[in-house]
Amino acid sequence: MSEAPRPFRLSLAGYAICMAGICWREGLRFLNQRGRFLSALVRPLVWLFIFAAGFRSVLGVSIIPPYDTYVLYEVYVTPGLVAMIQLFNGLQSSLSMVYDREVGAMRILLVSPYPRWFLLVSKLVAGICVSLLQVYAFLAVAWFWEVELPPIGYLAVVPALLLSGLMLGAMGLLMSSVFRQMENFASVMNFVIFPMFFASSALYPLWRVQESSLVLWWICTFNPFTYAVELIRFALYGQFNPLAALVVAGCALVFLAASILAYDPSAGVMARRGGPEDAK
Amino acid sequence: MTALPMPELPGSLPLGSAPALTVNHVTHAFGARKALDDVSLSVPTGSFTALLGPNGAGKTTLFSLITRLYDNRTGRIDVLGHDVRRAPAAALSKLGVVFQARTLDLELSVVQNLLYHATLHGMGFAAGRRRALEVLAQAGLADRAGDKVRRLSGGQMRRVEIARALMHRPSLLLLDEPTVGLDIASRAALVAQVRALVAQEGIGVLWATHIIEEITATDRIVVLHRGRIRAEGAHDAVLAQAGAADVSEAFLTLVGDGPDAGAAA
Repeated sequence: MSEAPRPFRLSLAGYAICMAGICWREGLRFLNQRGRFLSALVRPLVWLFIFAAGFRSVLGVSIIPPYDTYVLYEVYVTPGLVAMIQLFNGLQSSLSMVYDREVGAMRILLVSPYPRWFLLVSKLVAGICVSLLQVYAFLAVAWFWEVELPPIGYLAVVPALLLSGLMLGAMGLLMSSVFRQMENFASVMNFVIFPMFFASSALYPLWRVQESSLVLWWICTFNPFTYAVELIRFALYGQFNPLAALVVAGCALVFLAASILAYDPSAGVMARRGGPEDAK
Repeated sequence: MTALPMPELPGSLPLGSAPALTVNHVTHAFGARKALDDVSLSVPTGSFTALLGPNGAGKTTLFSLITRLYDNRTGRIDVLGHDVRRAPAAALSKLGVVFQARTLDLELSVVQNLLYHATLHGMGFAAGRRRALEVLAQAGLADRAGDKVRRLSGGQMRRVEIARALMHRPSLLLLDEPTVGLDIASRAALVAQVRALVAQEGIGVLWATHIIEEITATDRIVVLHRGRIRAEGAHDAVLAQAGAADVSEAFLTLVGDGPDAGAAA
């Protein structure tokens, strides 16, 4: 009489190890790419030191929540620059997924016995962990530039960073499933990052935008990045913005679901479009 | 040629009767282009099965389906009795793969690449490190454990990929044209390493290639051409089926475009 195979079960500890391994590898890659860390840090600092300093006298910011007094322009743009770090990092992680797919390394991840949705979420978590390092390095430098936040803000911002990092990372992941080559993806980054960043409340409050262009105001209002910026802005001052949290969480879920579907072995774009090259 | 019955399944077949791999009536198309057409084959445990086919035969598509990079929509694929679609975790946990394209992270060290793979299979860091040193010693690369992968030769990279595929002690090893681009000595060493694994550890190997010299008289052979199985069986049985004196002649007969090709299919 033949013996039935033992039911195979993935343990919780195994899940934790798998996610830890993916984060560990992302961390190693990050440490090996010092240029990536430097550029991630220098980019917002240039905005803070040069752009914000230059526009300090031109762009006045009235008292709007979460601020309870007038703030310097450098202080106003800091949450937007934090969100910019996450935006770049989310798309950078996805760029590395396109690269992994191009060189074949993606296959090693996808043939793991753990569910594909879990592997993709783990990749996102790994990217968010890396972005947290970048954000705190930026905030530390900004502190010396007299952008001093309430101490509670440095802690309260963590959940906001996790949520916004998840949304932006999932958006990048979705884009990485569509593009087959690095070149295509890199050009799309230009069409995504800059419009998202500029058409948001990162650099100027929305009431100012509304004064100058109603169309632009509508665009900013429908831009999910605006809500990521506001979520972070409020959290940095120990406050909670429920609308921003709701929009960011909703967009994160939609982007994540779409990217899991896109990478699904039976329904995803890889399965439909393909050829063996797509399986990389 | 072995004809495999289509099992009336639940998710898993009884273990005692399960070969390392069975593929039953699998057809797969990309749009209108049929890459695999009613493919059935098996790889017994403890066997070296060569999957022979020219470029574009469908070998890589077959590997993609076995490893569930995408799902088969018709037919069934079992690894050690576990249906790849219905019980993917069980199937993939028994499977080691060396893909045609190099899949090592060049920026990481040899042991870091292996450790990463170990964690993807739920193996902890300490156990993973021990196992990594073990498989690297078997591959003769223990002294290169700390080196960055980019400093290795092509042959060494392939050996590392095989070592990586063995990290989680699979029962089935798939290798997709692993010797492409290697010199003769590296190629021979790699084939010998894998044959030793079959003999010593009793794992089933499916070795996709179009290099005839890599096949010996003790191997099983599957010939795939234009998405269809042209022959499957023991070395001598395939030669007899093709009416050929050696594998090279059999291969040309079975995949050639002459009048014999259709008969062989």
